[in-house]
Amino acid sequence: MSEMKDDTKILVKNLKKNFGKLEVLRDINTEIKTGEVVVLLGPSGSGKSTFLRCLNRLEDITSGDVYINGVNVAEKKVNLNAVRQNIGMVFQHFNLFPHMTVLDNITLAPVELKKMTKEEAKEKGMALLKRVGLDEKAEAYPPQLSGGQKQRVAIARALAMNPDIMLFDEPTSALDPEMVGEVLSVMKELAHDGMTMVCVTHEIGFAREVATRVIFMDGGYIVEEGTPDEVILHPQNPRTIDFLNKVL
Amino acid sequence: MLGIIQNYWGMLLLSLGQTLLLTLLSLIFAFVIGLVFGIMNVTKVRVLNFIATVYVDGIRGVPLIVLAYFTYFGVPMFIRSLGFSGFRLTALTAGTIALSMNAGAYMAEIFRAGIQSVDKGQMEAARSLGLGYGKAMQKVVLPQAIRTMIPSIINQFIISLKDTSILSVIGFPELTKAGNIIVAVNFDVFGVWAIVALIYMVVIVTLSRIAKVIERKVNVGNER
Repeated sequence: MSEMKDDTKILVKNLKKNFGKLEVLRDINTEIKTGEVVVLLGPSGSGKSTFLRCLNRLEDITSGDVYINGVNVAEKKVNLNAVRQNIGMVFQHFNLFPHMTVLDNITLAPVELKKMTKEEAKEKGMALLKRVGLDEKAEAYPPQLSGGQKQRVAIARALAMNPDIMLFDEPTSALDPEMVGEVLSVMKELAHDGMTMVCVTHEIGFAREVATRVIFMDGGYIVEEGTPDEVILHPQNPRTIDFLNKVL
Repeated sequence: MLGIIQNYWGMLLLSLGQTLLLTLLSLIFAFVIGLVFGIMNVTKVRVLNFIATVYVDGIRGVPLIVLAYFTYFGVPMFIRSLGFSGFRLTALTAGTIALSMNAGAYMAEIFRAGIQSVDKGQMEAARSLGLGYGKAMQKVVLPQAIRTMIPSIINQFIISLKDTSILSVIGFPELTKAGNIIVAVNFDVFGVWAIVALIYMVVIVTLSRIAKVIERKVNVGNER
């Protein structure tokens, strides 16, 4: 029992999120363990991106609890910056800093937050760029990169703080089709290295191949969850079946 | 007209210097005021939004000449009535305060618009890395905002430079005041004001040309 507790990376209890009168998340409960790769599926407006953004509290939480490594980020007094240093996030539109070189994008946080010296951060940054296959672009500026390259830099940037959780918010949705593969393969590698990942994505193939668990959301609830086999190949809930029929 | 230049060039040059000094001082303070109130306006803290709005609306709702009278005559009188009998402000101090407050209100709006023009994903990305609000603002949002603000800042610089002429009413020895003094001596109303106008024009056109070059340079950096 105690072993299971130590294993829990993310614990979500009765999470609710309203935007004004609109209830986006109604009652979300789930637990994510170390090394799990969770893919969130669901129609647009189902709340999956909002759910993801509640995990590092980019969205304020209306009610409920979200524990990250045992720290409840829903609490007002929590040190959010410290929690966020442990959670890397990758955005649909990359959100690279256009006025900085690729390497400076990556070293900004570790240097500013005094996690590393400039030299250490640069070394680490170059290693990360090598890992995503872009070490020769270190001195380039983001506007000079292709979409796929931008997203790989964004992943490297998110990894620079040595996070133990990575969140992906539709990382391939803004990419040209021929660039989706290079980003997914970086994500796959991360997953194989044991990173705990939560991904909002429409890449069903990625979900089937890499996910340890698929969560299907609709109308602010988790409607169905299980292994990719269970949810994608043998869905039980009519809403899941309906959604998968449309996207497959 | 040549006679005016021959006789008064020293005075005209000196007063032009005062005009530029007042403009520069005021804009430096206005930049700081604008930065502070501009950021106060874009935060999610309601009280700060309110204070910033009151400042901007309040100052913009008062003509500069009234603000100048108020700071030069009104405020010192009030402070003297509190028992500080010797209290006075020099025309330069009062003028700088009035012009800084005035330009600061407009600068606050320039900063607000500049900050809001930066995609909000930039702030989110910076915060998601664990950077605090201030650091994210300083390292990520403001450098991008200021680039888009440069034309508006130059515009404000030109407006403030011309507004210094209003401060001749509190006796500050700037260019327009010098014009007044010279006219009182030689009565050549046409010649004197034509020359004063020309000086303003030459300075402003020169400054805006220099500013254009700076703007282009900054934008080249942006496209890299």
